[in-house]
Amino acid sequence: MAKKKISRRKFLVRGGLGTVGVVAVGTYLFRNPIRRKILEQVDGGESPYLGAGMEPMLWFEITSNNKVILHSPKVEMGQGTFTGLAQMAADELEIHMEQISVVHAVSLTGNMDNFATGGSNSISGLWLPLRELAATMREMLKTEASKKLGWVNEDMKVEGGVISVGDKKMTFAEIANGVTDWEIPETPNLKEFKDYRFIGKPLPRVDLEAKVFGDPIFGMDAEMPDMLYGAVVRPDKIGAVFKSADISKAESMPGVIKIIQEDDFVGVVATSFTAAEKAKEAIEVNWEVGQSWQTNDIREMTKVGKGDAFLLQKEGSELGEEDGIISREYTSPIGAHAQLEPNGVLAFVEDSKATLKISTQVVALTRKEVAKRLDINEDDVNVIPTFLGGGFGRRLHTPHAVQAAVMSKAVGKPVKYFFSRKEEFQHDLFRPPTHHQLKAKLDNSGNIEYLQHDFSSGDVAINSAMLPGFISTVVGTDVGAIRGGFCHYGSIPNLRTVSWHVDLPFATSWWRSLGLLANTFAWESFMDELAIKAGKNPIDFRLAHIQDDDKGKRLKAVIIAAAKKANYQDKAFNGRAMGFAASTDAGTPCAQVAEVSIENDEIKVHKVTCAMDPGIAVNPDQVRAQCEGAIIMGMSASLFEKMEVINGELTPTIYGPYQMAQLKHAPKEIDVVLLQGIERPGAVGEPPLGPIGAAIANAVFRLTNKRCANLPLSLT
Amino acid sequence: MKLSFVLNNNPTTVELEDEMTPLLWVVRDILNLKGTKFGCGKAACGACTLHLGGEAVRSCSYPAKFVEGKNVTTIEGLGTKENPHPVQQAWVDEIVPQCGYCQSGFMMATAALLNKNPTPSDKEIDQSITNICRCATYYRMRKAIHKASALMPKEESTTENL
Repeated sequence: MAKKKISRRKFLVRGGLGTVGVVAVGTYLFRNPIRRKILEQVDGGESPYLGAGMEPMLWFEITSNNKVILHSPKVEMGQGTFTGLAQMAADELEIHMEQISVVHAVSLTGNMDNFATGGSNSISGLWLPLRELAATMREMLKTEASKKLGWVNEDMKVEGGVISVGDKKMTFAEIANGVTDWEIPETPNLKEFKDYRFIGKPLPRVDLEAKVFGDPIFGMDAEMPDMLYGAVVRPDKIGAVFKSADISKAESMPGVIKIIQEDDFVGVVATSFTAAEKAKEAIEVNWEVGQSWQTNDIREMTKVGKGDAFLLQKEGSELGEEDGIISREYTSPIGAHAQLEPNGVLAFVEDSKATLKISTQVVALTRKEVAKRLDINEDDVNVIPTFLGGGFGRRLHTPHAVQAAVMSKAVGKPVKYFFSRKEEFQHDLFRPPTHHQLKAKLDNSGNIEYLQHDFSSGDVAINSAMLPGFISTVVGTDVGAIRGGFCHYGSIPNLRTVSWHVDLPFATSWWRSLGLLANTFAWESFMDELAIKAGKNPIDFRLAHIQDDDKGKRLKAVIIAAAKKANYQDKAFNGRAMGFAASTDAGTPCAQVAEVSIENDEIKVHKVTCAMDPGIAVNPDQVRAQCEGAIIMGMSASLFEKMEVINGELTPTIYGPYQMAQLKHAPKEIDVVLLQGIERPGAVGEPPLGPIGAAIANAVFRLTNKRCANLPLSLT
Repeated sequence: MKLSFVLNNNPTTVELEDEMTPLLWVVRDILNLKGTKFGCGKAACGACTLHLGGEAVRSCSYPAKFVEGKNVTTIEGLGTKENPHPVQQAWVDEIVPQCGYCQSGFMMATAALLNKNPTPSDKEIDQSITNICRCATYYRMRKAIHKASALMPKEESTTENL
């Protein structure tokens, strides 16, 4: 097998508290994307790790007590990435799990993902690079051991962070001590899968204790000496433009240090959060407000046929005006991220250098924006990512870091600033509303002859600060809105999907699983309708339309596994019914069966069976946890959640009125079956959000004979 | 005003400019215990849940002046890594947290429930635990709540901390 060598920029050896050796390697450059490649990646879930170009990256530190610190370029927002990365690194380093800890790489280490943490690719993207880096480091330690002790490579045994030859032993820390010029070997062979001790095992999360005992690990918990609190005035109305502000009342309020007026915002710095909030409320801003938007305006704008169209898929011919066409329209509403930790940041700007502690999914972008606004070098901005109190795509743009930096510069002290819950709801980067038009025709034997899906969405990827602008231009459509938009029933002879894009008057963006939730709801509800029209069992009906290639085989396998595990029944029984749906997202097929009843006019989900093939599950327990969470989050979006636009304001602005799933709504049983159809890890965090909406709606149809075609599902 | 109360078994006195300051900010920003979280500021999500005299209170909307002379317990005082509270032990055993932000509030709400009702039914759990978890870890939470109930010492339950 041809070996590639990890390209070295240089090594850093950093003296630090208890740190004896630091390995930093520059590697894994951005692959130049082309249109076709991007579309394939969007559909196939291939996401190479996009490292930070030519800068050296700090990956590992060995501490004097013989532990290894892994600096993660991906942030931990609950998805369990830190645990999976620790397992991958420990296995190739030959250390025990207790010997490795994972921290967020700060931007000064150079180990940043140039894009983001998101897209369900943290584990899959680092699967090869991280194991190669860990294996390389193990070999580098062996090389140093042989230099120090004259040991021969073949004689050396590595176990538990100790290298030994016979009775003689030396710890990694002892070996690394004093080494300033590391030698990088050819990339070593990785261990065989069967020899892994941690990969593939359901080990506890590495961040479990911190999260159970209330450790201060989140952005909101960040502290610095002499810290002050900031707040920024935001408009209630969509599209309001700042004109002027009367700050006279606010200026003299208790605790207020300074009111900061910039061209694009007005901020308050005060001695406490409550003082800053009160002063903010007392600032009278003159906003220029345009149209007074209503929900219905947004719904009308989002209809298929308006905006720009893009032909996503076409096989065979199109439907004409013939008889026997089955059609239905579906919609999904504006959705909020509603993550529990509000957006926020602690910024300190001093002597043309900036430090930011922040819950963000975009370390590199945050650094760039702050440097630009302060007109300083990016190297002089250190972004310190913290654990995220939920990401879900909400933190794929965190420009409040810029405002906090400006406020800190103005007062010469650290400023912590975070959104109120009302601001969080009103100024979310929402999940865009969608509209779907499906049409089909069955042939004489009840198979699908034609299937067409036109769907319309506001921005997901388009206008996203995170993506280079050329991507949407080159691709010609919104690479986020089309997630789940591809039809995965590949043996249908005549197939056409078209994505429509509309510009909405407020910001919409990435929401966990992007277009998958709404697109799958439409596809899979319609497939169910067609199966019933064809008089066929919905499982058999789906299987009959899946092509026989590798992708199709994996999809069929999860469909069969879910139906079997749930003991799928097509008819209602004892007041309950089962609904079935399947999707393929980012290369991961997933099928779900929802067992549902209707109690007091409410849809009640009792049990969900989920079969998913994410390839290798580095930590099967965390893959299951992601399935359980995604199912209930998808259920929440499908049954309860919606934002309205009333007289130009996005509303509601608080939990409760923005109804979400609570403990009482969660299914008592969630049964997850994991298949492994490929020899690498695939996407996990988002794919299981796909099927649940349609699975519930399809069960509801079997109970009520009513096709619920709008999210959130309504029985009336 | 001068405010005195017992925080995690330690007598504590703080000087407050505004006696109506929500207890949450006294605990987080003055006393620097960050385990109690800010979620909504309107007692709607439960992330800020702590115990006041053994009862669950949503501290973001609870004026500090009302804790004068009372016992306040936060997640930091519920148990320690060496000696976890049964609820924390159950949370570890079931590997409940994902992002983890809301978890302190859920554990405090659960501990308060188990103080009053050591063996709650599913229905009682549904009625009492109304916090919000966006990662939707509810499935494991329910298991952990039942497990914590089984781990609770049985003889001392209903009158603790009152």
